[in-house]
Amino acid sequence: MTQAVARQVRKVLVGDHAVAEAVRLARVQVISAYPITPQTLIVERISEMISKGELKADFIRVESEFAALATVYGAAAGGARAFTATSSHGLFYMYEMLWWAAASRLPLVMAVVTRVVGPPWNIHNEHSDLLAIRDSGWVIGMAQNVQEVFDMTLTAFRISEDERVLLPVAVGLDGFILSHTAEPLDVPSQEDVDSFLPPRNPRIPYVVEPNGEAITMGNLPKDDVYHAILKELMDESMENAKKVIAEVYGEYGKLTGRNYGPLTECYRCGDAKYIVISMGAWTGDILNAVNRLRNEGYPVGVLRIRYLRPFPDEEISSWINGVKGVLVFDRDYSAGYGGVLAGEIMGLVPHNVSFKGVIAGVGGFDVSVDEFAELIRDFIDKTERDGPMRVRKSWYIPRR
Amino acid sequence: MAADKLRGLLLSFPRAGAGGNTGTWRVYRPVINYAKCTKCGLCWLYCPENVIDWLEDKNVRIDYTYCKGCGICADVCPVKAIDMVKEGEV
Repeated sequence: MTQAVARQVRKVLVGDHAVAEAVRLARVQVISAYPITPQTLIVERISEMISKGELKADFIRVESEFAALATVYGAAAGGARAFTATSSHGLFYMYEMLWWAAASRLPLVMAVVTRVVGPPWNIHNEHSDLLAIRDSGWVIGMAQNVQEVFDMTLTAFRISEDERVLLPVAVGLDGFILSHTAEPLDVPSQEDVDSFLPPRNPRIPYVVEPNGEAITMGNLPKDDVYHAILKELMDESMENAKKVIAEVYGEYGKLTGRNYGPLTECYRCGDAKYIVISMGAWTGDILNAVNRLRNEGYPVGVLRIRYLRPFPDEEISSWINGVKGVLVFDRDYSAGYGGVLAGEIMGLVPHNVSFKGVIAGVGGFDVSVDEFAELIRDFIDKTERDGPMRVRKSWYIPRR
Repeated sequence: MAADKLRGLLLSFPRAGAGGNTGTWRVYRPVINYAKCTKCGLCWLYCPENVIDWLEDKNVRIDYTYCKGCGICADVCPVKAIDMVKEGEV
């Protein structure tokens, strides 16, 4: 550690409590959420903090997830810093409001604890729910460990409230694997967080207040290109978000000594001839598998997607430049298509490069380090033997 | 991208004008009984067309140019001080 970083407290928290801790330090003013496994610990912890007086905020109880997002939407329109959290079925229950929140350009932060969408009834981890909102206009991040869950939630407020972005941010964390797993993490002090994250300016982008100026948001526009102009602006903001995310994490790195990506992170990629791409907590297992393969002499690295929206195309392209093969692990399935990450990344992979998308872990079964190592080894061996393949989707289901 | 540009595109600023003028088609109009009114302001809060003014002296006044006669104010009035009267019988 060469730079002087702020004094931090080492705590042991489960992922959900790390989110609540970040919400407390961010001095969020309005929280509204409806409990759903595995997000429940977040709202329980936050309401506990409010009742103990550790957090001065309003917790608004509601009858549904749709109402929860509508409530924090209203709070954000009224100038407050607001937060909500949900999981699979709850996320889909608020689906319409997701688009309203994004297109209204209000700063909001939502934690999405990823979980399988039924049926069959299933509370385990899968990324399909988070990836189903990727068209709505939210900035979407996905953390790898509890420390990053905390950091991502805290920085999300800065990113969302930046005048160049003004888009809501969804912070994804793997259900149970992160949400209910206790890990050590370093938490900065309230003073340091305050210097990093000043109070929200309620007038940006606009404020709806009693006895204020009479304004209407989302009214029927008078001509039909309005919508396209606004979507173009949203796209501009998404592009800005790449720069803003890099800036915010740069500043956050100076404060805490933890330097992230910004949009992606690559491990042992410098001399890699093969790149494995994935997102979320199981990247940790892939890292272990890659370390093992490195010891066996395979030139392979891991690229982890930290933010899927804005899509980090420049970063991915630069990482996979000149490699012989790209293998993508998806913990999700877009019906009738294949893996979401594989589909989005395939367009960036040149035709003479071997490509394979593997759908694994759907429905929440665990994929072990051994299995990852086997899959990666198999891909590399086949490519070396038979030349480049182009497989957009393949299923990995262990028949136990 | 400045927030100002966004504001200009995203928001509209309601003004009195020909746009929301009710014309002659209103069937019932709300009439306030000031003897009963407790000046609580609930009708002002609930009016979907924002045509009720809550004045300095806490009296309420309805702007009939824009009132659509929906009856919500009469419905929410806790002391039933607003009657819905058929047009032409006032």
